[in-house]
Amino acid sequence: MKALRYSNVAWESIMANKMRSLLTMLGLIIGVASVLTTVGIGRGAALGVTKEIEGQGINTLVITPKTENVGDSSTLTAGDAAALADPRIHPEIHAVAPTNSTFMRVANGNQAIESQVTGATATYADIKNLKVERGRFFNAVEESSQQRVVVLSSLAAHDLFKNADPLGQSIRINNEPFTVVGILKKSSGDDSEAYFRPIYTPLEVAQNRLINTPRYRGDFVVSEITIQVTDRELISYAESQVEQTLRLRHDLNVNDKNDFHILNQARLLEIAGNIANMMTALLGSIGTVSLLVGGIGIMNIMLVSVTERTSEIGLRKALGAQDSDILLQFLIEALVLCALGSLIGIILSYSVSALLNGIPDFPFDIILEYWSLLLALAVGLFSGFVFGLYPAIRATRLDPIDALRYE
Amino acid sequence: MNMPFISRRAQPASITNFQLPATSSHPVAQAPSQAAVHSARPAASSAHRQAVIEIGQMTKTYQMGENQIHALRGVSLTIHSGEYVAIIGASGSGKSTLMNMIGLLDRPSSGAYYLQGVEVSGMDKSQLATLRNRQIGFVFQRFHLLPRTPAQRQVELPLFYAGLSNSEASQRAKEALTRVGLGERASHRPDELSGGQQQRVAIARALVTRPSLLLADEPTGALDSKTGEDVLHLFKELHQQGMTLVVVTHDMNVAKRADRIIMLSDGLIVKDEKRR
Repeated sequence: MKALRYSNVAWESIMANKMRSLLTMLGLIIGVASVLTTVGIGRGAALGVTKEIEGQGINTLVITPKTENVGDSSTLTAGDAAALADPRIHPEIHAVAPTNSTFMRVANGNQAIESQVTGATATYADIKNLKVERGRFFNAVEESSQQRVVVLSSLAAHDLFKNADPLGQSIRINNEPFTVVGILKKSSGDDSEAYFRPIYTPLEVAQNRLINTPRYRGDFVVSEITIQVTDRELISYAESQVEQTLRLRHDLNVNDKNDFHILNQARLLEIAGNIANMMTALLGSIGTVSLLVGGIGIMNIMLVSVTERTSEIGLRKALGAQDSDILLQFLIEALVLCALGSLIGIILSYSVSALLNGIPDFPFDIILEYWSLLLALAVGLFSGFVFGLYPAIRATRLDPIDALRYE
Repeated sequence: MNMPFISRRAQPASITNFQLPATSSHPVAQAPSQAAVHSARPAASSAHRQAVIEIGQMTKTYQMGENQIHALRGVSLTIHSGEYVAIIGASGSGKSTLMNMIGLLDRPSSGAYYLQGVEVSGMDKSQLATLRNRQIGFVFQRFHLLPRTPAQRQVELPLFYAGLSNSEASQRAKEALTRVGLGERASHRPDELSGGQQQRVAIARALVTRPSLLLADEPTGALDSKTGEDVLHLFKELHQQGMTLVVVTHDMNVAKRADRIIMLSDGLIVKDEKRR
């Protein structure tokens, strides 16, 4: 086909003027590379944020008490937790973990710290995505038999034991002896650990021996109930179901405000996702402007090229080239240049992201997605067509006599 | 490619003129198709030679701001197949304008122009481009070769615009290069060739479409006298093979090689002499 032969002609012309071709493509190369890299950074950052949130335990709701006035007693109880855990009422709920936390003095010999002691169920580690570094989390047997065992966060372990091995050692919480059965991994990205230096004991041990826990309607008050739903899709449904049950149990009237608060991790994730998408769109549109500038650069240099090759165009016309031949030649040349520029830009963006991803402490991975590659190629070709058309039309309008006279 | 009014097969004259076997002393092979077409027509060496160019009362007026410039003021001219004609004149005499008219690069203000018996003054750009491609081989003073392109590709170019297949174009370009003595240099680029060789590549490019007419504009103007002589010798050979040649020049030494010298002055033919 003729177009194919013009591609050959275009390729020869590009290769015959390597420097000029490179300069022509430069704007586009930089444009494509910057679009892809910035969009890749946007995607990578979004995924990083998502991972962070998912790391806190995905498909969970966290219920905390909310009191109208300071000093009001909390109404969120272990009884609420038990009701929510009933699979006949709440089939959408997979697991329920009530906790009771308070700051307390924790000591190993004369090493003492203020630590947030959390009374928790054995399922808590799974629901909260807590990872054990050494040893294990306490189990259901230890929980029900109210054994005095404790799991330390990595910072608490470090503060209490420095470089010694805490496993199997005894520490004192509120002057009661507890045996260390596990040490958690240091949580990444979450800075709250440095403040709370949390440690975990079975809930009932904490309620009976450590924390002077008030009761509400006969049940122990809890400071937090974490709920895991069976399916991530059900999280909003679960949220409304939980709200209903609690309002009912707390005898709230239609006009009463909730005396609890439900934190929906999925909704947080959604918000973070929206922010990330906006960021990607912003970065992408900045990059698109540079693509546009690159396209104008192509038009500029194609116009120069038409002027420079006036005599060539005249010769081609004298030899019998039709206007359509000249138009096709220059248009295809612009398209080939743009395709080539886009490809080089794609390769460049791959190299840049490979380089950045190779940096060990780089906060997130740059993610190049195939659709953004195709988009870059399409935008490149489109700008080649748009910005190549005018110079090509200019070329066809040259009068062969003037063109031949031009030296 | 659509040829609007003439197909290649329907205009054997252009091929006939390519080479006249009766006078040919050159060993270049004749393609069988040429021979067949040739035998189907009256011999070109007969007394009634066909007119390649017939121009009647041609004028050309340019508008330059307020002034009208009469570049041609009524030129009538007939050039027959196989003639070797030089058009001479001082600068401003109208010879370049006449050359542009003959070469279908420009349109006259008035008058008639028959090329191979076909009236061309009313044709549109596209038809003229096709005719230039098929009927006229151009040779320019400054060669006008494409930069950094091998000789073979240069010569294939007009065939590309004629819509020939790659293999046929390649074959014919090789033949044309061999014909001008550059068969061994088909892969050389212009910067690897001497001026004389470059002009011979340009001549091969002009011949490759087997045109009715070779139209040369100061073909030796950019060459030294030795290589200029080679080019003129090549023209003589082509003439002997039956090619119709029109050379536009201001150099009397070049003009003297032609059989017929037409002198232009002030837009009119002032002398038209057959020398042999």
